Amino acid sequence: MTTVQTFASLAEASAAQGAIMGGGTLLMRQVNEAPHTVPGLIRITDPGLSRVSASGDRIEIGAGVTMRQVMDHPDLAAFAPVARAIGGPALRNMATVGGNLFAPHPYGDFTVGLLAAGAQVVWADGRREELEDFLRGRVSAQGILATVSVVRTRPEQLRFRKVSRTRPKGVSVMSIAARLDGTGSSASSARIAFGAMGPTPLRARAAEVALQGVRLDTDGVGPACAACLEDLSPADDALASAWYRAQVAPIYLRRCLLGES
Amino acid sequence: MPKKPMSFTLNDAETGVFVEEGQNLLEALRRGAGDLSPKFGCGQGTCGACTVLIDGAPHLSCLTLAEAAASRRVETTGGLAAGPELHPLQTAFMEGFAAQCGFCTGGMLMVAKALLAENPRPTREEVIEAISGNLCRCTGYGPIVDAILTAAARMQGRAA
Ligand SMILES: Cc1cc2nc3c(=O)[nH]c(=O)nc-3n(C[C@H](O)[C@H](O)[C@H](O)COP(=O)(O)OP(=O)(O)OC[C@H]3O[C@@H](n4cnc5c(N)ncnc54)[C@H](O)[C@@H]3O)c2cc1C
Ligand code: FES
Ligand code: FES
Repeated sequence: MTTVQTFASLAEASAAQGAIMGGGTLLMRQVNEAPHTVPGLIRITDPGLSRVSASGDRIEIGAGVTMRQVMDHPDLAAFAPVARAIGGPALRNMATVGGNLFAPHPYGDFTVGLLAAGAQVVWADGRREELEDFLRGRVSAQGILATVSVVRTRPEQLRFRKVSRTRPKGVSVMSIAARLDGTGSSASSARIAFGAMGPTPLRARAAEVALQGVRLDTDGVGPACAACLEDLSPADDALASAWYRAQVAPIYLRRCLLGES
Repeated sequence: MPKKPMSFTLNDAETGVFVEEGQNLLEALRRGAGDLSPKFGCGQGTCGACTVLIDGAPHLSCLTLAEAAASRRVETTGGLAAGPELHPLQTAFMEGFAAQCGFCTGGMLMVAKALLAENPRPTREEVIEAISGNLCRCTGYGPIVDAILTAAARMQGRAA
């Protein structure tokens, strides 16, 4: 049996024991299938959790903000294509940003976008950490995530590509996001993230280095694409083998970087 | 097992049910409120047969904690017709053979209703996107997309 506790504020919920519920799209699946594995659910109705606010060059996205809210928010236009790639419309009305940060392989497409954009997570007790550090320790992470803080990103700075077998909806064979800074034709700096290519979304640092200062054309991005596997550790799953993922990752990275169809 | 009382609006009627701890909204609707129009297909969010509108927006009721719907406005296919008058979407589905076994139909109708409320003149691509979370094993989707476009046109007084 699964007991449910509902709290109106983050502070009240902090001491409670149980699984923090975002949209429940992963947790309720587990409750439906194996309720004994989810003894307690913590539901938090604090409106602060579903708020998006801008301060300086950063945007704070509440952990309870849904994919649909991301798609509709003018300050998050760069992330709208990422949110739109997740599930169907009903799922997007439910799935939250906070839940996506914990979503296991092959999920976590939104986290890939956040990782490329340069995000930090902020816990309810005020702790703040880089998203990359959070992802490294997330299996044993305790506490309530309050917000994700992301550097303001213009739509043309963030490129995103989701590779899936069924379209428009389908789980990721991989997803790729890249934040490119620089003039239109060359990249002065880049942050590249892959999803479904390791236990958590991962940055492709070798590819980032290889992309610095190069022209954004097929020849220019070639070395970066060839280097992308250095930081990735794809696995076999029902969607694709590790071998296949490794074969196609450089090609999809090129398509993502150059906006090829 | 203790049950919690919960009240909400179901298709414009104030409704009260007792929900078990951890129960999902689909079960509360079917077993508690006796509305059998949302269907159980997978219980995993994959098929969309259980889709209902909560405050006008499509939700997968099998993945919605029942008590999270307290005091909210829930709509199901059971409330689409006004007495003997079918909703234009239902008429278009019937005429266009957009339902064969009918198992997916309740979910399809609800996402279509939400789409047309937000976007009365959707393109074919927008309709396909709107039903992308709903599986149909019978029709091949074409008749469903056509029926939604036909209903949209009729609701606007246009020719399809
Ligand atoms: C049909 C279907 C299709 C899907 N397609 C995609 C897809 O294309 N891409 C994708 O990335 N995902 C997909 N998912 C997975 C999932 O819906 C998303 O990853 C979603 O963003 C998870 O968020 P949630 O709010 O529903 O998580 P929940 O189920 O509420 O929670 C997931 C985990 O996160 C933890 N958690 C949630 N919020 C907090 C918080 N504030 N603090 C601490 N812990 C928290 C929970 O305790 C739990 O462990 C799909 C799921 C389904 C059912
Ligand atoms: S029963 Fe809810 S999505 Fe299949
Ligand atoms: S009509 Fe049978 S599943 Fe759609």
